[in-house]
Amino acid sequence: MSEVFEVVATIIATSSEVPRDKILPESHIVDDLEIDSLDFLDIVFAIDKKFGIKIPIEAWTEEVNNGDVTTERYFVMKNLCVEIEDLIASKKD
Amino acid sequence: MKMEYFQLIDRIETVGLDPLRLTAKADVPAESTIFEGHFPGYPIMPGVLLIETMAQAAGFCLLWNNCFKKMPFLVAVKSVKLRNFVPPSSSLDVLCEVEHEGSGYAYSRTSIHNEGKLICDAQLGMKFLEFPSPELLDHIKAQAHRIDLPERASLE
Repeated sequence: MSEVFEVVATIIATSSEVPRDKILPESHIVDDLEIDSLDFLDIVFAIDKKFGIKIPIEAWTEEVNNGDVTTERYFVMKNLCVEIEDLIASKKD
Repeated sequence: MKMEYFQLIDRIETVGLDPLRLTAKADVPAESTIFEGHFPGYPIMPGVLLIETMAQAAGFCLLWNNCFKKMPFLVAVKSVKLRNFVPPSSSLDVLCEVEHEGSGYAYSRTSIHNEGKLICDAQLGMKFLEFPSPELLDHIKAQAHRIDLPERASLE
């Protein structure tokens, strides 16, 4: 698993009641890990700070609410980590 | 300061960028109905109102930065320490420094001093939402005018 996945999983385990070993690449943050919106805000804050990025949660939420994408697109762990890796890469460009 | 009406900030002293930061004055009244209950014979400003004072400073700082496009609502109060009591007629110095402004949220470090002595400090989380009513937007803008929050050039 990627370095980003390890960091994100550790942040989630630290910011919530979810045991680290329950957090898998296929885990859906809301449906499987049952992270609520306020805990997710803390998690995004920690990820933003760790990697020096700004996860576009508002834009993602709008896409989901408009029916343009499913929640799996951004809120399954492996997909979320790919998005974070892209944000880190685009920061370096 | 009119504690009963949640008008806790009296005037903005400074607001600016790099880092996004605001300082303000909050003058505690000599008399208030709140002091009648908190506490009889020993009036002090309630801790929840000190937290609210810091939250209002953070809110005005973020509103200044986003030109009143979205309303910051308090969603997280962390690492709060209420270190000293605040008696009536105190003149408080309120500081907010935005730690991180993310997508739809912000976290800030806030504090209050009284005559140089640290009264309280906290990390506050705010979530941005659309203004739920035009009345609220008008009210918030009127409050910003009352406390001399300067206008910021539009971001667009």
